[in-house]
Amino acid sequence: MSTTFEAKVVGFLCNWCSYAGADKAGGAQKPYPHNFKIIRVMCSGRVEPEFVLEAFRKGATGVVILACHPGDCHYKTGNVIAAGRFRLLKKLLIQLGIDEKRLIMEYISASEGERFIEVITKTVRDLESLETAPA
Amino acid sequence: MSDKPKIAMYWASSCGGCEIALVNLHEKILDVDAAFNLFFCPCLVDTKTKDIEALADGELAITFFNGAIRTDENLEMARLLRKKSQILIAFGSCAVEGCIPALGNLVPAAKYFDPIYRDNLTTANPDNIIPLNKSEIAEGSLGIPLFLKKVRTLGQVTEVDYFLPGCPPEPHRIWQAVAALIAPDGPPPKGSVVGVGPSTVCAECRRERTDKKIRRFFRTYEIIPNQTECLLDQGILCMGIATREGCGGLCPEVNMPCTGCYGPPAGRLDQGARMTAAIGSILDLGEVKGLGEKELHGRIDQALGAIPDYAGTFYKYSLAGSILGGREKL
Repeated sequence: MSTTFEAKVVGFLCNWCSYAGADKAGGAQKPYPHNFKIIRVMCSGRVEPEFVLEAFRKGATGVVILACHPGDCHYKTGNVIAAGRFRLLKKLLIQLGIDEKRLIMEYISASEGERFIEVITKTVRDLESLETAPA
Repeated sequence: MSDKPKIAMYWASSCGGCEIALVNLHEKILDVDAAFNLFFCPCLVDTKTKDIEALADGELAITFFNGAIRTDENLEMARLLRKKSQILIAFGSCAVEGCIPALGNLVPAAKYFDPIYRDNLTTANPDNIIPLNKSEIAEGSLGIPLFLKKVRTLGQVTEVDYFLPGCPPEPHRIWQAVAALIAPDGPPPKGSVVGVGPSTVCAECRRERTDKKIRRFFRTYEIIPNQTECLLDQGILCMGIATREGCGGLCPEVNMPCTGCYGPPAGRLDQGARMTAAIGSILDLGEVKGLGEKELHGRIDQALGAIPDYAGTFYKYSLAGSILGGREKL
């Protein structure tokens, strides 16, 4: 059982930093987990809390929001808004019976292709062990 | 019996406030009586379930159904009244989106009775007696309705023609909704939310709004708000920004924050998510350039810390109808 579970992970990547970072990793032909499904958004601030809840309702193992580093947002404050929503959503998820570890936010810049691979690989692995861990 | 069209009003899991909202139509209730025969309403008239069962299908012109679906009896009555009614209206917040009964969905079904029957400090229950669906006693078998695993809305268990939100719906909005049903240019499209405005409570609120930046939140006992500025601007958690227009902004008018009884705004699925989106974007976090993840998240958590019960506040009226609907899956 423990080796056969495959997580379904939804990733919302901001266009200007994290998606570019993922693109850099792709350009360098670095492999990353195939079950990390990327949705490109113009800004992490565009990620409505509804998107996240809907992903969980439809059976996502985890949801990852990737944003620019604090202060580096293309739209000045979008990532900080996303961070505020993210922290609040985590608190809501706990009360709604969803493990808060399933919602992840990381900051990845356009130049951090390597870091993108590291973060995603670790996140998917963590989510899979979370799912298979005895309750 | 009169040959006026029959209407019914039924309460499922509800408090009775919706019936009071109906009689708060004041003298207009006489117009309702002149046009309709109030055939069934356990709160006001003495017909029984068997009288409803005896009706032909569709014999009730309109049924106002208030209350959430908490028990198997609620479910049975919802389906019976659906069958007997031409128009079924989900009346009030409980029937539309679950309201207060649905807050039970924040607790696992197996633990639902614990706070009252087991854990309550003033309750001694050494024999661990909790309500059972069937109990055998010397005189025979006693039954009470079965608690279902999860509170659901009327629309989640049967087909609903119109939704009339509010806890309770404002009387003038009830009147407006009924008038819309019998309007000369035909009733609104099936599935419409009736008796509401197009925007949010903020559209009806007379307070002055500015660009919001909130350093900390206050609970209502911690601050005396001024009479003119937006309550949310003053740091009071007012749900108006994530709540459908319809009430007339009654609570903020008297210095009380909106608690969200008209449910999510038009076109939105999830009131809690709307409020999360709003609150997350108005926090005053100061300069963030170069800030590490830990520090940034720490500042956010500090600003959010004064909110006592996130889901209970953001989903006070709308949990059953929300995207996740609570802890239990069905």
